[in-house]
Amino acid sequence: MNSFITSSIGKKAIMGVSGFFLVSFLCVHLTANLMIVADSSGETFNEVCHFMATNPIVRVIEPVLALGFLLHIALASWLTLQNRAARPVKYARSNQSGNASWASRNMYILGALILVFLLLHLWNFWWKIKFAGDPLLAQTEVDGTLMENTYALVSGLFKTSVAYCVLYILGGILLGLHLTHGFGAAFQSVGLSNRVWRKRWAVLGVLFAVVIAAGFSIIPVYFLLGLG
Amino acid sequence: MSDKILKELTLKIWRQKDAKAKGGFETYKIRDISGGTSFLEMLDILNEQLVGENKEPVAFDHDCREGICGMCSLFINGRAHGPDDEVTTCQLHLRRFKDGETITIEPWRSGAFPVIKDLIVDRKAFEKIQQAGGYVSVTTGGVPDGNAIPVPSEKAEEAMDAAACIGCGACVATCKNSSAMLFVAAKVSQLALLPQGKIEAARRAKAMVAKMDELGFGNCTNTGACESECPKKISIEHIARLNREYLKAKLQE
Ligand code: HEM
Ligand code: SF4
Ligand code: FES
Repeated sequence: MNSFITSSIGKKAIMGVSGFFLVSFLCVHLTANLMIVADSSGETFNEVCHFMATNPIVRVIEPVLALGFLLHIALASWLTLQNRAARPVKYARSNQSGNASWASRNMYILGALILVFLLLHLWNFWWKIKFAGDPLLAQTEVDGTLMENTYALVSGLFKTSVAYCVLYILGGILLGLHLTHGFGAAFQSVGLSNRVWRKRWAVLGVLFAVVIAAGFSIIPVYFLLGLG
Repeated sequence: MSDKILKELTLKIWRQKDAKAKGGFETYKIRDISGGTSFLEMLDILNEQLVGENKEPVAFDHDCREGICGMCSLFINGRAHGPDDEVTTCQLHLRRFKDGETITIEPWRSGAFPVIKDLIVDRKAFEKIQQAGGYVSVTTGGVPDGNAIPVPSEKAEEAMDAAACIGCGACVATCKNSSAMLFVAAKVSQLALLPQGKIEAARRAKAMVAKMDELGFGNCTNTGACESECPKKISIEHIARLNREYLKAKLQE
């Protein structure tokens, strides 16, 4: 197995599997976030956050998730460096845009922008909840349990800053673009595709990308429209 | 059928003395040439012209000139084998170009395919990959009965589709990563799909992929550019099969 991770297909398989893992994380994350819009009292969202912060399984998965991100990013960087080096002399004229989708040609740039967004996002919420604290997080009581008021922190950010709303919408769109190619590519990378399924993955990939981009954008849009 | 005469074409051609030389573009004019002339015939005509002027002719690869050997190459106006789909450069004709047009002609660009001279690149890397495992071991003895091993017709069809690969390298030339996955996938698939090839499938997939990586081709990122420029329309479904074959082989280790 030693040559697996250095082989091109091995690297791609790990990218694909880590991609799947990040995709399933996005599904859970989006479902939880939509509680912000579903219940404007914020109680449901606070309960979900409290559950996430206290549930032992989620506690174990969090570092695994971080590892998944690191693996995905490390392999993406390694892959991209090797790929750039594989063509030392460039073409004077080429037709890249006629051959392959924009997203497929710019996965690393999209990924890097997603990473920038991710760091900003962690600083906005995760960092404050875990370490720095914030007056908005003052304990609140839901159904007799005391918990941090995460809803106040999130809604506070979007209510007071149009710029953050726009940034979060952009973040959603970047993720969506990454996934228009990434979703189907991950199946291809682990060998789960053929004549019939490649078309299905392509359609599902676009649908999923739209759900992710629209789903995450709904939250800032909701506050921009003054509904929260 | 009379073909249109193109009054003038400007050719911007990559010239490079040898593998070590720096190389650069030279511009040439071709006048009053029939649209029915093939692209390679045009280069022949240009070379006659150059020889007449006591200049070094342009070196380019070709052999069968009927789209089956895979020797011709050329990146023409930014596309492998020129503007037509499913066609090799030898089968491309000047009627596809406009009178007065400037045509840029470059060699395949890939670290694994170094330029030898002008438009000729060294594609021995493909042979090395083939030698690593792109075959079926056959022991000597009596001729086996061709019909003794049943092959489902759809498998035979798929294997034939993969076997259509002529090893031209357009996939590598086109891929933004210079990946050879389409070529290797075709070579692995044509054998992996058939009972005779299944026996060595695991060893073959591992050996060919290892050789491909060793020779400095890039990693596939599933952009699909290769299949859109492949003159034989080899599909990236074969790449999914190669991934499967390789992962299976590695898991069995
Ligand atoms: C939640 C965030 C992310 C998700 C859901 C995600 C998902 C995916 C998926 C499913 C793939 C397809 C894998 C494959 O081709 O086999 C992929 C590819 C890729 N990702 Fe991500 N990704 C995320 C973040 C990032 C980040 C932060 C980076 C880089 C800094 C990145 C860089 C890449 C690159 C370069 C590829 C292309 C690899 C290829 O096409 O082969 N991604 N991503
Ligand atoms: S897969 Fe297509 S483009 Fe690549 S070498 Fe074979 S015939 Fe040429
Ligand atoms: S010269 Fe043989 S395929 Fe073009």
